[in-house]
Amino acid sequence: MTTSAQTQSQTQAKTQPQTGQPTAAGPVDLSTALTRAPRSLWRDAWSRLLHNKAAVAGAIVIVFFMFVALFAHVLAPHNPLELNSGKGFLPPMWVQASSTGKAGSQEFILGTDNLGRDVLSRVIYGARVSMVVGFIPTLIIVLVGVSIGMISGYWGGATDNLLMRFTDIVYAFPDLLFFIIVMTALRATAIGQFLNGLFLLFVALALVNWVGVARLVRGQVLALKERDFVMASRAVGATHTRIMFRHILPNSLGVIIVAMAFLIPGAIITEAVLGYLGLGLRPSTDPNDIFITSWGSMLLEGQTAINNQPWILLAPAIAVALVVLSFNFLGDGLRDALDPRLRE
Amino acid sequence: MTRYIVRRLLQAIPTLLGVSILSFILVNAAPGDPITMRTFGDPRMTEETRQILRRQLGLDQPLVVQYFVWMTGLSVRRGDQVAMMTTPDNTCGYVGAIDVTICDGGGGILRGDLGTSIDTRQPVWDRIVERMAATLELGIVSLLISLLIGVPLGVLSAVHRGSLFDNLVRFFAVIFRAVPIFWMALLLIFVFSVVLGWLPTGGRQTVSLTQEFNLADRIRHIILPAAVLAFGGIAGFSRIMRTETLEVLHTDYIRTAQAKGLAPGKVWFVHAFRNALIPLMTVMGPAVVGVLGGAVVVETIFAWPGMGRLTVNAAFQQDYPVVLGAGMFFAVLTIIGYLLSDIFYAAVDPRVRFD
Repeated sequence: MTTSAQTQSQTQAKTQPQTGQPTAAGPVDLSTALTRAPRSLWRDAWSRLLHNKAAVAGAIVIVFFMFVALFAHVLAPHNPLELNSGKGFLPPMWVQASSTGKAGSQEFILGTDNLGRDVLSRVIYGARVSMVVGFIPTLIIVLVGVSIGMISGYWGGATDNLLMRFTDIVYAFPDLLFFIIVMTALRATAIGQFLNGLFLLFVALALVNWVGVARLVRGQVLALKERDFVMASRAVGATHTRIMFRHILPNSLGVIIVAMAFLIPGAIITEAVLGYLGLGLRPSTDPNDIFITSWGSMLLEGQTAINNQPWILLAPAIAVALVVLSFNFLGDGLRDALDPRLRE
Repeated sequence: MTRYIVRRLLQAIPTLLGVSILSFILVNAAPGDPITMRTFGDPRMTEETRQILRRQLGLDQPLVVQYFVWMTGLSVRRGDQVAMMTTPDNTCGYVGAIDVTICDGGGGILRGDLGTSIDTRQPVWDRIVERMAATLELGIVSLLISLLIGVPLGVLSAVHRGSLFDNLVRFFAVIFRAVPIFWMALLLIFVFSVVLGWLPTGGRQTVSLTQEFNLADRIRHIILPAAVLAFGGIAGFSRIMRTETLEVLHTDYIRTAQAKGLAPGKVWFVHAFRNALIPLMTVMGPAVVGVLGGAVVVETIFAWPGMGRLTVNAAFQQDYPVVLGAGMFFAVLTIIGYLLSDIFYAAVDPRVRFD
């Protein structure tokens, strides 16, 4: 316990000047007395992040996949829905004779699936679903989780009790089981139909994950609200809203950002598992749809065709692993950068 | 200690009640009902027969009443229906004052009865027990693998801190922690079953007419799913053991042991290792829970006939009693898992005291 108390006071010492607390602004302006211009926590963190090779590499891969997702319609060599009859199960272009006795062609770099659709183009379009599933639910989760966590930690009382009980309930259930029950139960409803089932996935992800964020933020608020700088601002007459949003929230941002960086790959994995079980996005046949197929659905198709054309499975599998690993590296890097004491 | 355990068990009651309400609402939110789903397009089925079937299963009643029946085993109907509702295992009575018939079917979650499967007409308990052995087998084997590999890796990498070995262990720990279980499963199936053809793609044993127990065959079947489940554990355990061993190695009593000339092996394994094990106890609960959750994925991919697969299939089939019963069972196991790890923690570390 002594170590955690110690580290907390260190955090305070470090973050305090950055938020411009009244306590730091004494009659003597210390910054002019220092030989080096003071650098903010965020600039320090940024430069630490840039020195972390794994995190930078992860960020580059993520930006690459975001670019692919955004410009899928330009980048894909073929229409992902185009059926090339007689060209089903073509192997990748570098294979001369596959198990089905066909040779790869330059036209289809990673080969084709059972209906003769281009695998590479489908993987490119699949990036859209993964990116959207990664970011949109995470934004909702963070907004809801932070608000409720702040209220719960700051005011305590009934909200707090309710939150803790609800967290216990959600934690008592294996996550995937929860997703499967929600997806099977609501799939045929109007919500389940919306956006080919993508919307329901957002809702399910948000429903399960917001409690984790709320609990995390609650813990932060509980620790921060006892600090001297909060007491000081209360003494000079700051309102509760001001204390919450100007003093406590900025000091919790680091933790929230790191949590986000790990929520995104979690959501992408969930989509892939559910897609693999046939519960994710409904593969579309409408060329006007933005979301044609997902990596999860491709994994399912690939699993059944594993002996004929392994690349239907391998291509989305590699893509999922790349994206998930990149987010994890970036998340680790962010954690080390925002809180260097946590580094091993 | 006893007071603490009792308090924790009391706290579990509202949690389980919440789980039961939440899962009941979710499962019943599906449009249509199990009867329509099972008899869809069947020309012999008239709407009247469907109605009778629904009535038999109590599906025609309001959700609140259904929940009450599921929990208590008591069913309530308006009017005097004693003659109609009485069956050999359903005793009924009519309460004239409030004009309702109350029946006691003898079941209910509160009496430890999880209900009857719609598909097989077996008690849900029987189906769970039948599958539990397979899940336990897989869970225990994978936990043993992850402990037997993860713990020594962590200790060795702490002892040889900064060496190539240490860096390799840490690198793979990061990778294995990040890579999703189901991804690992697909990859291993692809490499070892499809390309190399060494191991079966799924199942618990080779299907044969005699179904006799064959240990070699069982082992061949469990290798892949157990390995997949163990990867995360190996990464987690090695990471914790490394951090803890490093911390312990810097304590005074280790320096004393080294100063008085004890053999390095004895210092590491008798003095350091035992103390570094303490934090491992705290993660055992979450680890067991993680294996249970992971089993849902792994059992589905490897067609392993355990609890996870049972529940997933029941969810697909809308076999409500099985989904709900298995869900409650998972929740109870999870709560017990966390409680046991807290108790273990206090048992091995005398510094921890319950308030």
